[in-house]
Amino acid sequence: MTLDSKIPGGPLSDKWDRHRFESKLVNPANRRKYTIIVVGTGLAGASAASSLGELGYNVLSFCIQDSPRRAHSIAAQGGINAAKNYQNDGDSIQRLFYDTVKGGDYRSREANVFRLAQLSVNIIDQCVAQGVPFAREYGGLLDNRSFGGAQVSRTFYARGQTGQQLLLGAYQSMMRQVEKGTVKSFSNREMLDVVLIDGQARGVIVRNLTTGAIERYAGHAVLLCTGGYGTAYYLSTNAVNSNVTAAWRAHKRGAFFANPCYTQIHPTCIPVSGSHQSKLTLMSESLRNDGRVWVPKTQGDKRSPEQIPEAERDYYLERRYPSFGNLVPRDVASRNAKSVCDEGRGVGDSGLAVYLDFKDAIKRLGDDVIRARYGNLFDMYTKITDENPYRVPMRIYPAIHYTMGGLWVDYNLMSTIPGLHVLGEANFSDHGANRLGASALMQGLADGYFVIPYTLAHYLGSNALPAVSTDHDAFNEAEANVQGRIDQLLSVKGSKTPRQLHRELGGLLWDEVGMARTDVGLRRALQRIPELREEFWQNVSVPGPQNNMNKNLEYAGRVADYLEFAEVLTLDALQRTESAGGHFREESQTPDGEAMRDDDNFSYVAAWEYQGAGKPPALHKEPLTFEYVKPSQRSYK
Amino acid sequence: MRIFLKVWRQASPKDRGEFVDYTAEDVSPGMSFLEMLDVVNEGLIVKGQDPIAFDSDCREGICGTCGFMVSGIAHGPEHGTTVCQLHMRRFKDNERLTLEPWRAKAFPVIKDLVVDRSAFDRIIQAGGYTSINAGGPQDANAILIPKVAADKAMDSAACIGCGACVAACKNASAALFASAKVSHLALLPQGQPERSSRVVAMVERHDAEGFGSCSNEGECEAVCPKEIPITNIARMNREYLKGMLVGRD
Repeated sequence: MTLDSKIPGGPLSDKWDRHRFESKLVNPANRRKYTIIVVGTGLAGASAASSLGELGYNVLSFCIQDSPRRAHSIAAQGGINAAKNYQNDGDSIQRLFYDTVKGGDYRSREANVFRLAQLSVNIIDQCVAQGVPFAREYGGLLDNRSFGGAQVSRTFYARGQTGQQLLLGAYQSMMRQVEKGTVKSFSNREMLDVVLIDGQARGVIVRNLTTGAIERYAGHAVLLCTGGYGTAYYLSTNAVNSNVTAAWRAHKRGAFFANPCYTQIHPTCIPVSGSHQSKLTLMSESLRNDGRVWVPKTQGDKRSPEQIPEAERDYYLERRYPSFGNLVPRDVASRNAKSVCDEGRGVGDSGLAVYLDFKDAIKRLGDDVIRARYGNLFDMYTKITDENPYRVPMRIYPAIHYTMGGLWVDYNLMSTIPGLHVLGEANFSDHGANRLGASALMQGLADGYFVIPYTLAHYLGSNALPAVSTDHDAFNEAEANVQGRIDQLLSVKGSKTPRQLHRELGGLLWDEVGMARTDVGLRRALQRIPELREEFWQNVSVPGPQNNMNKNLEYAGRVADYLEFAEVLTLDALQRTESAGGHFREESQTPDGEAMRDDDNFSYVAAWEYQGAGKPPALHKEPLTFEYVKPSQRSYK
Repeated sequence: MRIFLKVWRQASPKDRGEFVDYTAEDVSPGMSFLEMLDVVNEGLIVKGQDPIAFDSDCREGICGTCGFMVSGIAHGPEHGTTVCQLHMRRFKDNERLTLEPWRAKAFPVIKDLVVDRSAFDRIIQAGGYTSINAGGPQDANAILIPKVAADKAMDSAACIGCGACVAACKNASAALFASAKVSHLALLPQGQPERSSRVVAMVERHDAEGFGSCSNEGECEAVCPKEIPITNIARMNREYLKGMLVGRD
């Protein structure tokens, strides 16, 4: 099968306009005859559900949380990028496009990224009209700050709660449609299978998480907006219920999984403190605007930070990258933190941390200004660590935060299953091998508010979609499949908890498929993952009822999927012997330790096709071509 | 540390429910409260028993999923903190704690410490938005908003919808929740066109969902993890009165 990305012809800046003009439309009176299933209510899902509802489609919206307002987009802190150039500092659509392609280490599609940069300006207009309380200047205009990987200030923010405010804006728009009757909201539902009829995605099987009932829903198209797979690593900054299940089950039905090895490790998280830990907490990248990252110059220096004189500190990011300094992109900052810790210069009890110091900024601006900018982040840090970052430097360490990989989609956001569209973090398309800060919110909302309304209409308008009922054999088969797996989980009655097995898998992935990857390590992981999977199915304990709320059963199902998914993740990392963005192969680095790409051999999207249980997945390649940005060694020096 | 727990166990909405005693051993002060419960649950699962159901998701105090009463206080004893951000260093060795779900008519118990808070969604559904469609609104900077107004609106918009305010109120009123959204939008120019109809619709829905009235006890403000002040309720009352006088659109 050849992967057709369906990128429209013509010059880059005209592609999206031209595509919109060439796309088919659905007559307003006919839209209510189409039922669209939207799974997930984060930025992508909620914005898609509300926009499609506004257009008059009949939308069914599902989420695993007890309310659509709680999807994990809510935890995004720092901001959202847009090429508004309100600061008169040289920004433009062209520059946001360039920064994003370069930041992604030349592993994304130019056409997708350009569209994203174009739509970024509409998103801010949309959100402000919704009443999102972005930060303002005294004159009443919108304020901006700068973020990693950019030399302009194009990040819009609402204190340290930008994700929350954007999500509530989208959620409120969606609830307005619920009131109008165009959107039906189903909370506490977990999608466990996609139903294909005549090769098209025509429905879903979900489990009602409060009653345990298995339910069937039919529609004309399915949108997966179910986020990333970072929690495969057990410890990550993701919410504890975030999971890969919906995407993985779609993959098993024929949706290709693209670039799973592109995982983002965020440089500024609160370090691990003990084995009981259930998640890691991010400290927004925006802190690097005012905080300076350092470690002691000498190994094993165990003095407390205030006892280490200026001359004995190594501000290693400022030293190595004078032009970007503390604002280098996330992959670069993370790798540098790891390497100074590997040299034995890490701080804190574990030695797995570096300082993020606000002393100079506080001296320059005072406590109050810093409090106004980052107060809630400082409070969160204090609650978790019992330390006061206004007086002692924060200790930070990288953690899994975002996944650039995801289900393969074409320019229309459609996967390799006709009718199954994938939006937001769940798809792979816009961030290449590394996402820049404040670009996830931008992509989720661009997909939902401004891309899918056009591309979905085109799909509906160009395909015959005969009516289907949930009594169809395909629904029976899918439900039996889901029920069979639940029965299997409940019948093992072993002695290990899903959490123990998940923690073991996560530790393995962090060690072997984490910040630095090697051929030997990846092969070790590929040997160990099937053993862990075997152990899971022999020895997992899932007590409690199935026909009622059972959080441990939900969790066990997700862990079982991670144990399958982890293999594709590792295989992808193994086949890509170059380093690119978040994927760092120790075998492929420049003499001074930067990631070294191999454009001759790896300028492609790796898309994996499921071949059946126990069979290795098949690799398909979508070549990437760069007409407008010439790939070069990324430099932030 | 060791902690003695008395936990509300209720198998289903129709079950009568009862308190059951558990002991959490080897608790470290750096654990969050929910991580302590994770450890208790791990012990139950290994023994083949149904673990204690409690809700949580982001575990960093922003999603609003978690929440239950810790010895009579919503989210526990630490001010301005969700229970996921409450750490065990706040407690003493051998302390006895009672865990109960939010208790309110409008929040029926689903299981153990998990309640149904969908009434909050329906209050927002009644009017907690600006009625604009995705499309081509004016340029974002065409609306000037004084920094003070934007900051005030943000203070109200910070509500996470956890339900602690309802649980703490003797009337089980959701006035703080509803007023936070009413205030957020009433304070901004974008919220003006529907200012009157919004507040009236939201207050009516609030009452129809079975939440009680506010009698200015201030318990909600005391437990709110985002420290949303009850001045929001005063504003909502003013807005409501004005809305009733001006009439609905």
